[in-house]
Amino acid sequence: MSVTVASQTGALLDDLRAQGRSALIGYLPVGYPTVPGSIDAVRAMVDAGVDVVELGMPYTDPVMDGPIIQRAADAALRGGTRTRDVLTAVEQIAATGTPVLVMTYWNLVLRYGVDAYARDLAAAGGAGMITPDLVPDEGADWIAASDAHGLDRVFLVAPSSTPERLASTAAACRGFVYAASTMGVTGERATVGERAEQLVADTRAAGAARVCVGVGVSTAEQAERVAGYADGVIVGSALVRTLVDAPDEPTGRARLAALTADLAAGVRRAPHRTGS
Amino acid sequence: MPGQQAAGGSLAAHVGPYWGDFGGRFVPEALVAALDELDTAYHKALTDPGFGAELARLHRTYTGRPSPLTEVPRFAAHVGEGVRVFLKREDLNHTGSHKINNVLGQALLVKRLGKKRVIAETGAGQHGVATATAAALLDLECTVYMGEEDTRRQALNVARMRLLGAEVIPVTIGTRTLKDAINEALRDWVANVETTHYLLGTVTGPHPFPEMVRDFHKVIGEEARAQLFAEIGRLPDAVAACVGGGSNAMGIFNAFLDEPDVRLFGFEAGGRGSGLGEHAARFSGGAPGVLHGARSYLLQDEDGQTVPSHSVSAGLDYPSVGPEHSWLHDLGRATYLPVSDVEAMDAFRLLCRTEGIIPAIESAHALAGAIQIGPQAREWSDEPVILVNLSGRGDKDVATAAAWFGLLDEPDEHEQHDEGAPA
Repeated sequence: MSVTVASQTGALLDDLRAQGRSALIGYLPVGYPTVPGSIDAVRAMVDAGVDVVELGMPYTDPVMDGPIIQRAADAALRGGTRTRDVLTAVEQIAATGTPVLVMTYWNLVLRYGVDAYARDLAAAGGAGMITPDLVPDEGADWIAASDAHGLDRVFLVAPSSTPERLASTAAACRGFVYAASTMGVTGERATVGERAEQLVADTRAAGAARVCVGVGVSTAEQAERVAGYADGVIVGSALVRTLVDAPDEPTGRARLAALTADLAAGVRRAPHRTGS
Repeated sequence: MPGQQAAGGSLAAHVGPYWGDFGGRFVPEALVAALDELDTAYHKALTDPGFGAELARLHRTYTGRPSPLTEVPRFAAHVGEGVRVFLKREDLNHTGSHKINNVLGQALLVKRLGKKRVIAETGAGQHGVATATAAALLDLECTVYMGEEDTRRQALNVARMRLLGAEVIPVTIGTRTLKDAINEALRDWVANVETTHYLLGTVTGPHPFPEMVRDFHKVIGEEARAQLFAEIGRLPDAVAACVGGGSNAMGIFNAFLDEPDVRLFGFEAGGRGSGLGEHAARFSGGAPGVLHGARSYLLQDEDGQTVPSHSVSAGLDYPSVGPEHSWLHDLGRATYLPVSDVEAMDAFRLLCRTEGIIPAIESAHALAGAIQIGPQAREWSDEPVILVNLSGRGDKDVATAAAWFGLLDEPDEHEQHDEGAPA
């Protein structure tokens, strides 16, 4: 079955490619340090130059996340962050005109109801969802709901993915394919996995129109290098760390904005890419 | 999703990845290749007589199988008049519980996969000790993740694992118990999957673990069925087991699943009350959801966040349960009932005093369960027979029991427990 649904993030990535550059995608969890505080932080990140926002929903058992994001998610949950808060945040951030993808572990969506979640996310102006613990094989309900409500669905590929799985995952995605640069959980690393560039090439060869790279990207130099071969550069832990390590919220936001601007400049320094 | 029900509708021969609406593979993509590789290697081993023979040899010469079947008449007198109770003595296995059955099976598979390192989670330490044991035996590097709370409660088991050469890593995030130890093991596995096998300790997790771990424990029910037949010439009227993740229960249930006259009972930790956070009774207090790779009954809040469980027994203190149990529950083939901390500890003491057997507190839930169902047993037959899986021994629980019963002349400890116990 083939359904034609316009992709909000896909359209933006295509525009940026026409301008000769890759996108900067910034991750922050909703509810850290508070729900309003997290929305302010995302706005600061948008003002400083991210092209797409990845908004994380805190979860008690985030098996794809490293210590920095775990700590922020833990604090957000202790502060009483609820699923409905992520929808409120999406609404406010989408109003800035920047596409917002929700990153969520699957049980939170199951509990809300897959179709109801998709409906409410679309109504809030969300662009779609990134699902770290849902592979397309288990995603029939989400594939149907995202078609019905016109949402992007971003599944992950990893260096361990077989050619068959790269192809089936690429076919299941809308917007882009999320390539995990390295085998491991989110977190800053000295170097971006050597296998990332090859994985991007393999994923494209398997049929993906757009591939963005995440996990382990934290510096402007890394962002520049990854932007040289991927459609988007996804940064999470390094941005979250600016907030976690700051003595107060305004300082955190200032440091977040500074790092974002740095990363945005790095992405723009990368050699021009015209088409793939 | 349709399950892979075997021809003829056999429940016992059902295989994954789905058990009715339950099971599956809700994992990061990074793990899928390793799960496929494991599934393939496992099914290849199943048809290889050499694999079965090697496992059987280890069980005979190392585990101490077959484990005995013991009739316990003095205990049975407390279950009901005329009721006969037989215990399947998994407590007498090497390392003190049923866990070794699965661990040796998976460790032999690891050798075939050519991997050199195993990781495991552990709550009370039973599975961690069994894994460290198999790793020593088969020359594998071994890392065990254990919640910091549990390393404190089970300090001797930490020492035991280290004596066996394993690295024990206390987990300091989240609730610092079994659930968080599994999270850390999964994170390690995502990073090291090419060299490392995750030796998961129960019938949960992503496919093929629920099917494979069940298969490695089937020997419990097969032996018990034959032993009981030799003793009394017939099937039991009921089989009782405790259910944390559910591996010992699945192991003893399997041989009786296709015998509709045999009643199957799983006893969950009812803890100290019926409020969320007070127990680990997934069937009476939970709802279907996804945790650690499988869809199953789960203790969760309104939003789907995992709710911490409580039990006096660390081995039953887990918010989810194996997907096959959820399937059997929804089919009505097995009955799952909560047993409170107090009931379990009373049964623990009763078995000590009537039969000279100190059970694991986990297994004491099954004993308390037998007492719970005792009054209905006379409706089943004239001489009702209950088979109880005594899944582990209580050496590891002596400190907990001593505190619970006030055996160490520390009046404060005893009073604390009286306050916390439901009336």
